Amino acid sequence: MLMGLFNNWVVILLMMIGLYIVIAHGNLIKKIIGLTIFQTSVFIFYISMAKVDGGTAPILMDKITAYSNPLPHVLILTAIVVGISTTALGLALLIRIKESYGSIEEEDIQKQDLLAQSEQEQGKHDSNHGDKIT
Amino acid sequence: MIVAVAIVRMKDLFATIMLLGIYGLLSASFFVAMDAVDVAFTEAAVGAGISTLLMLVTIAMTGRHEKSNRHKPFLALFIVAVTGGLLVYGTLDVPYFGSADSPVHNHVAPRYINDSQAEIGVPNVVTSVLASYRAFDTFGEVVVIFTAGIGILALLSVVRRPEDKDEIDSINDSMHEKHLVIRIVTKMLIPFILLFALYVQFHGDFGPGGGFQAGVIFASAIILYAMLFGLSTARKVINQTFIQLVAATGVLLYGSVGIVSLLNGEKFLDYNALAVNPIDGQHLGFLIIELGVGFTVASVMMIIFFSFASRNEMQKSTGNGKGKSKSRKGMESKSC
Repeated sequence: MLMGLFNNWVVILLMMIGLYIVIAHGNLIKKIIGLTIFQTSVFIFYISMAKVDGGTAPILMDKITAYSNPLPHVLILTAIVVGISTTALGLALLIRIKESYGSIEEEDIQKQDLLAQSEQEQGKHDSNHGDKIT
Repeated sequence: MIVAVAIVRMKDLFATIMLLGIYGLLSASFFVAMDAVDVAFTEAAVGAGISTLLMLVTIAMTGRHEKSNRHKPFLALFIVAVTGGLLVYGTLDVPYFGSADSPVHNHVAPRYINDSQAEIGVPNVVTSVLASYRAFDTFGEVVVIFTAGIGILALLSVVRRPEDKDEIDSINDSMHEKHLVIRIVTKMLIPFILLFALYVQFHGDFGPGGGFQAGVIFASAIILYAMLFGLSTARKVINQTFIQLVAATGVLLYGSVGIVSLLNGEKFLDYNALAVNPIDGQHLGFLIIELGVGFTVASVMMIIFFSFASRNEMQKSTGNGKGKSKSRKGMESKSC
């Protein structure tokens, strides 16, 4: 009886794997992969929603009465292509991050940021002192 | 099946990306099993082909190995478990898989299935919903793809100095002369891939296919060419400015169909206005719009690949790009 919900559970499992990767991994490429898995799980959710027992692909033909729902197919079809272009945009950002930080590990980047910030503040303090003295 | 692949995915980067490709292919076959042939088509081309490729190019630039330390894995696991549990609890009310009376199938879908043949005259319902009933959405999505292409160009475009061009050319040529067998086989295959892309483009009304899939397939043929014959050769075949122009043309083509139907006194993107007979108008609208989508998708995919690859080349030629970034950082700290 509960087997009817099996598809949803597979989707949830995939989604949670994606979420786990995004949260727990420091490597930014790994994070993007996690997002891709998350995305695919949503695709699978929509497509499995569109399935009708005994239906066929929604291409109209004589003698066939049941079709699966075409609307989710359309949504996901375009979502896949949009997904790849946004993923590519993410990867492009990542390449730029690598170029300016020399690393794509989250912790390294944060360390460098903190370092730069503290240096900046010190610099400000120094210049303030300088102003007061003059 | 899918689950197994997904769980294995906690390893190193190169292997991970290969697994991602397999995962894409598997989900494509899953979509076929779910009767979503159009979607499967797209997923096979995108998930198994292009996304794997892009990830690989990125890895070539950013390094292959992941640091092993994960921060707060248990906290993450806890959050994930709680969210997952809540979601599973939520599914208990969801209609069962494959049941024909679930709310999804009772809204607009019956109308699409029952009336689209009479209203639009195209057997593939997915195409008719995509290009006619929901043309507005599709237009928005094409614009998003176009914007992503522009963004990538802005982030990664390389201003090419003429003097180091010859050097890069020679590197390329020496690299690509080696794989003789692959080159010949690819040379034979590429015309067929292009032909197939055109078939998918123009046959989308009757079978699975359409502008999105055709665009991706077309782009992958060109990318294959670029990988085997070197970037500079590919650039000679396909002019960069030309591709960018084509990407813009695709969006414009789509939009102008809408404008034409506005001028004819109908709503935006209402193809009935394009010809005397509504069905003919629909067919005409489909043709132009799918062409616009195909143009944009194909050229944006090519733009993405070319800008990634030429960035890679540039990094190689300027000593891995590290020296440059360090000097830039030095400049920044000085200016602070």
